[in-house]
Amino acid sequence: MTPELGQLALILALLLALAQSILPLLGAWRGNRALMAVARPAASGQAVFVALAFAILVWAFLHFDFSVQYVADNSNLQLPWYYRIAAVWGAHEGSMLLWVLILNVWTVALALFSRQLPDVFVSRVLSVLGIISVGFLCFILFTSNPFGRLLPMPADGADLNPVLQDPGMTFHPPVLYMGYVGFSVAFAFSIAALLGGSMEQAWVRWARPWTNAAWGFLSCGIVAGSWWAYAELGWGGWWFWDPVENASFMPWLVGVALIHAQAVTEKRGSLRAWTILLSLFAFSLSLLGTFLVRSGILTSVHAFASDPRRGTYILCFLAFVVGGSLLLYALRAPKVAGGRAFALVSRESAILIGNLMFTVAAAMVLLGTLFPLLGDALNLGKISVGPPYFGLLFPLLMLPVVLLLPFGPYLRWGKSDVPVLKQVLARAGIAAAACAILAAFFVQGQLKAIAGVACAAWVGVGVVLYIVKRAREMPRGRRYPAEMAGMLLAHFGVAIFLIGVLLSESLSVTRDVRMSPGQVAAVGGYEFRFDGVTQTTGPNWEAEQGVVTVTRNGAPVAVMHPQKRTYTHEQIQTESAVDPGITRDLYVALGEPMDANHIEGAWALRLYTKPFIRWIWGGGLFMMLGGFVSAADRRFRVKRDAEATQTITTPAQESRA
Amino acid sequence: MGKALRAWVLLMLIAIAGVAMAQAIDPLPFRDHGEELRFQHLTSELRCLVCQDENLADSNADFARDLRHKVFELMQQGKSDAQIKQYLVDRYSDFVLYDPPVNTRTWLLWFGPLLILIAGGCVVGYTIRKRSRADTVAAPTDNGDDW
Repeated sequence: MTPELGQLALILALLLALAQSILPLLGAWRGNRALMAVARPAASGQAVFVALAFAILVWAFLHFDFSVQYVADNSNLQLPWYYRIAAVWGAHEGSMLLWVLILNVWTVALALFSRQLPDVFVSRVLSVLGIISVGFLCFILFTSNPFGRLLPMPADGADLNPVLQDPGMTFHPPVLYMGYVGFSVAFAFSIAALLGGSMEQAWVRWARPWTNAAWGFLSCGIVAGSWWAYAELGWGGWWFWDPVENASFMPWLVGVALIHAQAVTEKRGSLRAWTILLSLFAFSLSLLGTFLVRSGILTSVHAFASDPRRGTYILCFLAFVVGGSLLLYALRAPKVAGGRAFALVSRESAILIGNLMFTVAAAMVLLGTLFPLLGDALNLGKISVGPPYFGLLFPLLMLPVVLLLPFGPYLRWGKSDVPVLKQVLARAGIAAAACAILAAFFVQGQLKAIAGVACAAWVGVGVVLYIVKRAREMPRGRRYPAEMAGMLLAHFGVAIFLIGVLLSESLSVTRDVRMSPGQVAAVGGYEFRFDGVTQTTGPNWEAEQGVVTVTRNGAPVAVMHPQKRTYTHEQIQTESAVDPGITRDLYVALGEPMDANHIEGAWALRLYTKPFIRWIWGGGLFMMLGGFVSAADRRFRVKRDAEATQTITTPAQESRA
Repeated sequence: MGKALRAWVLLMLIAIAGVAMAQAIDPLPFRDHGEELRFQHLTSELRCLVCQDENLADSNADFARDLRHKVFELMQQGKSDAQIKQYLVDRYSDFVLYDPPVNTRTWLLWFGPLLILIAGGCVVGYTIRKRSRADTVAAPTDNGDDW
């Protein structure tokens, strides 16, 4: 009976979503306050029913209700409770439900924290969010129902894919979706602004904290995913340019461009049309990403066609959202270039160039991700596009961004003084060169590593110089407003990230070795001694567990326990052992015994040393923190409607005159 | 074997390949460390044809293992990377390469980003020119808060 209640809750949520999407929009159009007032209660009601449906699915998993097809497909009696909760979003139907739940979280947050905004505008924003919700709820109800029954009820269920049985998996999808779905708020603001015409130009200030927060979540989700792939997949890599990863990376790239474009539009009134377009892109790519990952189209075009209802719906919904918003954009985007003029050497120009590079990078990733599908559909033959392609083009596109980055804070709006920039160029340049020379002594002529240290010094010193400058010139309390502190954190994150990527890519050592107990292999300055394999068991798996003792120049460093697990349903999963460190990770994966009947004998092992790899995620976390800190700036929260409209409309009028 | 048939056989192989997520650890008797590095690099740029999206170096499928050993064998025969790739392309089409060659079918892939960059660069250049001429740009008085 309970699963049917979940179904019913979803239907009620759909009805409320319909009310939320139609009535306030009509009210905003007709100036009817009663209709506009529907928006908030409808949004809250919808959220209650979606949360109820989600809770019922969680309950079905916790209580082993295998009469529900989705539960039977993704969990069994041995699965521990925490992975049964994670299993809710372990497959297609449940993750769609999670998507809608998170959309509702954002919508309710917006409804709560938008009291100071004009009612007309908020009604439109909530309507747009309602429309998106209608699209997803229909998709769930008509094609991907998580509450479908399975009769007769099986005694036990299948297993959750063992790859997903990892703490990272409980955490990664919800956070990633917080980011994806968060861009729907910026999208809704843009659509509302387009619908409202030129009246509400202050909307960019209201949209900024939401965009920053969404981007912070997306950064966090991507870092968690990358960490999970590193620790769980057992290949020791942190980024594979896999279509699934690319799907989350594209909105992130456009999000970076959007955050900066919004700053320009808010402060100077320029680039208004471009900011709106970027908001549309960011959310469209989020939608595309969700569907790419979830529709199965990536496996092959054939898998996509195997469930034509889902595929067709997805295509229609994407066409409606992307096409509809672009059409509206074409009709209503601000035609007159508003805002204050700016010179060639100005912060606006630099941000514009950065925007160009990030947008082209996102387009490149999109092209590379979809090209195999395109080739397949157009009968051009099967083509693979992988790391060599992205790994060549992406750094080339990002190089100008890295080179411009230290100047960012020093550049002034409108027009900048050149001598200040020359000074930055000289200082950061000298620091980069000095660090490169120093690094050259340690990395045995690895150019990539030297370049990594130089780039990181260039960016990092640029940021630190600006921090020092502020500390010297500004009185205490006005030195680092949250908005600026966030920017500095995120930019410093880039420096940390660069060190991590370029050093770990160039200095990592990998060896596949055959080892008998007692044997020692030297990798990257460490001695790995294999001490044999024993049996061990967990809640729903049995494992062969190796013992590897690592020493450096005879001094003990770590004892590591890589496992090869066999889960309840005979699925095999390697569980690598990682000894983390700030300057290096040691990483051991267990392969196969040389003789399957003698596990006490020799085994195949893969040994890695990975210098500075942790800095990659560290950099990502700094960027995330930057997004959140900026979003928390008091400036965005204080009620200053009158002033906001004034500062933004005045320059626009000036330039039109 | 006709192209269609080959594609069909590949699909069948994909269908029957297991989803064992253990990874490929395959100690081979390399002559020296340089050869090992060359092998690691080469197999990481080749696709395991029966897996969803994995390279030869990482895949644990039997098919990938066989192909890895073939690559190793060809290396022992003194074949260059280009020759080994050609050998595989002749048998399995360009699908096996993660690094698609530049040809009439892939020019859009390789030069598309450049075209977008040039087009976008023109727009950005035009915008900056227009905006810097629109008015005499006055440097704002800097009180440190308008950063």
